[in-house]
Amino acid sequence: MSNTNKEVLLSVKHVDIAFNNEGKKFRAVKDANFDIYKGETFALVGESGSGKTTIGRAILRINECDKGEIVFKGKRISGKISKEEDTNVIRSIQMIFQDPAASLNERATIEYCISEGLYNFHLYKDEADRITKVDQALTSVGLLPEHKSRYPHEFSGGQRQRVGIARAMIMEPELIVADEPISALDVSIRAQVLNLMNKFKEEKGLTYLFIAHDLSVVRFIADRIAVIHHGRIVEIAESEELFRYPLHPYTISLLSAVPMPDPQIEKKKELVVYDELKRDLSGPKPVLQEIRPGHFIFANDREMAEYEAKLQVMEKEHEALGE
Amino acid sequence: MEERKAILSAKDIEVKFRVRDSYLTAIRNVSLDLYDGETFAIVGESGSGKSVFTKTFTGMLESNGSITNGSIEFEGKDLTKLVTDKDWEGIRGAKISTIFQDPMTSLNPIRTIGSQITEVITKHQKISGEEAKKQAIDLMERVGIKGAADRFDEYPFQYSGGMRQRIVIAIALSCHPKILICDEPTTALDVTIQVQILKLIKELQQELHFTAVYITHDLGVVANVADRVGVMYGGQIVEFGTVEEIFYDPRHPYTWALLSSLPQLGTKGQDLYYITGTPPSLYNKIKGDAFAPRNEHALKIDFEQEPPFFKVTDTHYAKTWLLDPRAPKVEKPEVIQNLHEKILKMTSKGGAFYVEHE
Repeated sequence: MSNTNKEVLLSVKHVDIAFNNEGKKFRAVKDANFDIYKGETFALVGESGSGKTTIGRAILRINECDKGEIVFKGKRISGKISKEEDTNVIRSIQMIFQDPAASLNERATIEYCISEGLYNFHLYKDEADRITKVDQALTSVGLLPEHKSRYPHEFSGGQRQRVGIARAMIMEPELIVADEPISALDVSIRAQVLNLMNKFKEEKGLTYLFIAHDLSVVRFIADRIAVIHHGRIVEIAESEELFRYPLHPYTISLLSAVPMPDPQIEKKKELVVYDELKRDLSGPKPVLQEIRPGHFIFANDREMAEYEAKLQVMEKEHEALGE
Repeated sequence: MEERKAILSAKDIEVKFRVRDSYLTAIRNVSLDLYDGETFAIVGESGSGKSVFTKTFTGMLESNGSITNGSIEFEGKDLTKLVTDKDWEGIRGAKISTIFQDPMTSLNPIRTIGSQITEVITKHQKISGEEAKKQAIDLMERVGIKGAADRFDEYPFQYSGGMRQRIVIAIALSCHPKILICDEPTTALDVTIQVQILKLIKELQQELHFTAVYITHDLGVVANVADRVGVMYGGQIVEFGTVEEIFYDPRHPYTWALLSSLPQLGTKGQDLYYITGTPPSLYNKIKGDAFAPRNEHALKIDFEQEPPFFKVTDTHYAKTWLLDPRAPKVEKPEVIQNLHEKILKMTSKGGAFYVEHE
């Protein structure tokens, strides 16, 4: 359970991200604070506008942090850093996007799409070396070397997403920020992409930040999950733990919305609606605090007492079920 | 099941698209009866033809496409014979309406919400502007817009995605259609909003009594809304039945594959089931069963001869040679056996998807 002996790859430390909108400041991310361990898949789950993509982009140095800092392998990577470090970050942290059609240059061959990173950073000895690397990247995602002379439109959605993954993998990254990588894909292809991501995690010890909007996929792929709502992380726990002891009402609302492929159950389903305005928000300012080992929740002392009482009931229930 | 009245009856529909110098056959002899008041869901991957098929009900095929065979009977008319916009008047948008995936692209960004609803009302009914506004506000309230009168003069960008989709629904229902086609109505929305929109459509269906046709790739949505389901692959319906038959007793290997690849059913640390290969090219004539090259259970005959529909029950048919009495017995994959028991366990106390209701 404990993560003490795991190596921290990336730390997001008390990060605020704000956007200026006609002189008004909009806080898109509020005090985000979490670690990603080496070799794990860390999922960030929330609905549109929750700030999950903004955090991903801040890690990639596309959005600036207003407060706090982001630390990658012990070095700060947010704010002003040297050109050399910048290059290093761009190479080590790669991204996979939601829409594979929009993220590939439609006028360039697959060979160029995949090699672009190599060109930019001169990561190859000679032409032969570059071609070997492209071939290897294509093979590793289940495409064929002869595909490299083709154009993106000649591929299906799933194949394009595999090109997107090959393009990221060729840079030999340590962290991949995958922003809804399967949302735009068909059901049957989703499974292929998820399997492929897991394969790289096992073979190369790759680490993922997996951004998603629904919990069903995340249960399958993530080791740990952070639930984010309106820019605020409300709950973080290991995947099993979160599904066993979901505590925050927003987590429960998301859980109740997971579509289940069963007509009898789905037709009876009731959504648990999360309405922040109807909640009792009295008492001191809430903070993210640990309620069970590795399980954090955004609460003040009064709420904490409620969650603890609830947790005890749940623990007893699980005991009674013989688990 | 008692004899039900078919409100729309499509027979042997074939749709071809002219692409450069060749023809692509998008729909290959599909027949479907829609019953009055039911909810029929068409499920399939992109390119399976599910949208193209329903576009023939409203004459909205792209200009390079045409219906080359078959008939669609609706209220004594054959819809395949209608050509001009004038022919379609009184049907498209009036008796058969469509809701599309992205509410932002189906609304005009530079006109007020109110004017976009009243436009549709005044086009199809001969009433005053004042009366139309009253109807529009009434509709907005009905689809759950709070403070509808105040929000009448707002623009689409002032509405959230879920609210915009509610407006699209209001517009689609403004002429009291007999059939509402919902083309991936919730794909662009958040999961919690999705549940609310599906519930809204169901409530309106009870109240206004229309037939709903859902087009979706999401089996969770199908389970939530459908009375009957048709599974499409390679331009054909390959299996259809009641929603319970399709989920609990699927017979076509493609339906098996779709259900098996759901991440909800996956076990962590094990690979998810996935379908190998790619869908068939619709430019070429398809020989035999279109799914055969990707089907691990394919028989020799699947590559030679197209299977007919085999009857499973009075309501359930599947187009696979596996149902021929001479075929070897093949069980559906382990992961979808006892599906209901498995999911019941997941959603009951102690299961991963158990949710406590207060």
